[in-house]
Amino acid sequence: MSKTIITVVGKDAVGIIAKVCTYLAENLVNVEDISQTIVQGYFNMMMIVDTGGSSKPYAEMVTELEDLGDEIDVKIRCQREDIFTKMHRI
Amino acid sequence: MVTILEVNETNKMIEQEKLDVRTITLGISLLDCCDSDLDALNRNIYDKITRVAKNLVSTGREIELEYGIPIVNKRISVTPIALVGGRACRSPEDFVEVAKTLDRAARDTGVNFLGGYSAIVSKGMTPADEALIRSIPAALSSTERVCSSVNIGSTKTGINMDAVKLMGEIVRETAEATKDNNSLGCAKLVVLCNAPDDNPFMAGAFHGVSEADAVINVGVSGPGVIKHALEGVRGKNFEVLCETVKRTAFKVTRAGQLVAQEASERLGIPFGIVDLSLAPTPSVGDSVAEILEEMGLESVGAPGTTAALALLNDQVKKGGIMASSFVGGLSGAFIPVSEDQGMIDAVNRGALTLEKLEAMTCVCSVGLDMIAIPGDTPASTISGIIADEAAIGMINQKTTAVRLIPVIGKDVGDTVEFGGLLGHAPVQQVNRFGCGDFINRGGRIPAPIHSFKN
Repeated sequence: MSKTIITVVGKDAVGIIAKVCTYLAENLVNVEDISQTIVQGYFNMMMIVDTGGSSKPYAEMVTELEDLGDEIDVKIRCQREDIFTKMHRI
Repeated sequence: MVTILEVNETNKMIEQEKLDVRTITLGISLLDCCDSDLDALNRNIYDKITRVAKNLVSTGREIELEYGIPIVNKRISVTPIALVGGRACRSPEDFVEVAKTLDRAARDTGVNFLGGYSAIVSKGMTPADEALIRSIPAALSSTERVCSSVNIGSTKTGINMDAVKLMGEIVRETAEATKDNNSLGCAKLVVLCNAPDDNPFMAGAFHGVSEADAVINVGVSGPGVIKHALEGVRGKNFEVLCETVKRTAFKVTRAGQLVAQEASERLGIPFGIVDLSLAPTPSVGDSVAEILEEMGLESVGAPGTTAALALLNDQVKKGGIMASSFVGGLSGAFIPVSEDQGMIDAVNRGALTLEKLEAMTCVCSVGLDMIAIPGDTPASTISGIIADEAAIGMINQKTTAVRLIPVIGKDVGDTVEFGGLLGHAPVQQVNRFGCGDFINRGGRIPAPIHSFKN
């Protein structure tokens, strides 16, 4: 099963990673890698996760993470990894 | 493992540079729907389309959501209806009934357009072909989602000038039949030369007889992405310019290839081709004209435009071909006027004429596309323009097309609103000198010498 990339972009604030990780833990999504940068006060995080253990339908997870992003005022995207590997790797 | 930079680059393309997959088009063969009874034919057609395309729209949405890339259109193309309806339809009115069935099937499957209300008459017309062609004005004015195309010539056969003459009249009649709606029917009617069997883009899409029972074709897009990439190489030489277009086209096409394979797998329908065409939309930043201007033209239409378009088209193909296992359809840059804000602006500032557009069609993927012309343009003049475009296609062994909209009641200086992806267009000047005697000769223009390769 292919991996999923979760990106979080927005104004830096306390607890962003905690909130996202809590959601993922509750839905049995395993986080395999996290990288993040803060550029001029803007928070930019990428997580590589494995959704194989989760019973949540993919589309639902995409929408719920988007809603969570709205709640904490950041943009959260959840996309299958293939879109990036296909585009950037031969 | 992908890096944060790569992820951000892709998402920036999608969010800010309007990268999308323009269409997933499901081609469906209707040859097995033929019947001598019109009701049975309509029933067969409706049943087959709604059965094969049942999950098309929902699958498209699923892919869109999971990969985070918009898939703007989900569409259907079918076998040219002149072939399918030949046995049951004895008059143009009978063909209109089939058009209505197609419209109903398109609506019930949730697609926004269905192409294939078509006839292939590059050498001659059967009675069924002629009846279908004569039914086009009524068919397009009584349906919403049906698109029609007629192939009137090819490099192998020459140009069927009887069909060219007839199509000039049909374009005018279609404009009249839909005059209450800015002659919108003509936006759904395209006259082609060298039409491909696997084109996923409307209005010229049909499912050719060389195709399998059902097939998934995908049209990519991304003028905004190319434009943005070129902003980074301002003032650099042509080698750098071409290389940048090629690399960017590769990335854009890979996204299309992924979507095509996913759609094919999930629907259980074989993957056909990816069409590499750069397709603009009327929104700002999604324009082919802007790419040409970014290359260094003050306005599209200025001297240098044809060369700029030629290199763009060629580099898009070179980048795209390596990114996809099967490339087909039209694959090049589209230069519709009403669907590209940069083109509209160029016409409005007097930089882009119909004649320059014709020159551009020698090196782009299609032809004179979505151009509004005065409502009183004679049918013979429209036929003359069709003949010119067909000649360019025939001689250069490429697809060319004409989608002109003679807007009834409007003249040069007026603007017409078509709405949505079809955009809006200033009515453009057409050469006022006649070509009636030329068009009225009738018969065929023979195939060019270089078509005899056997």
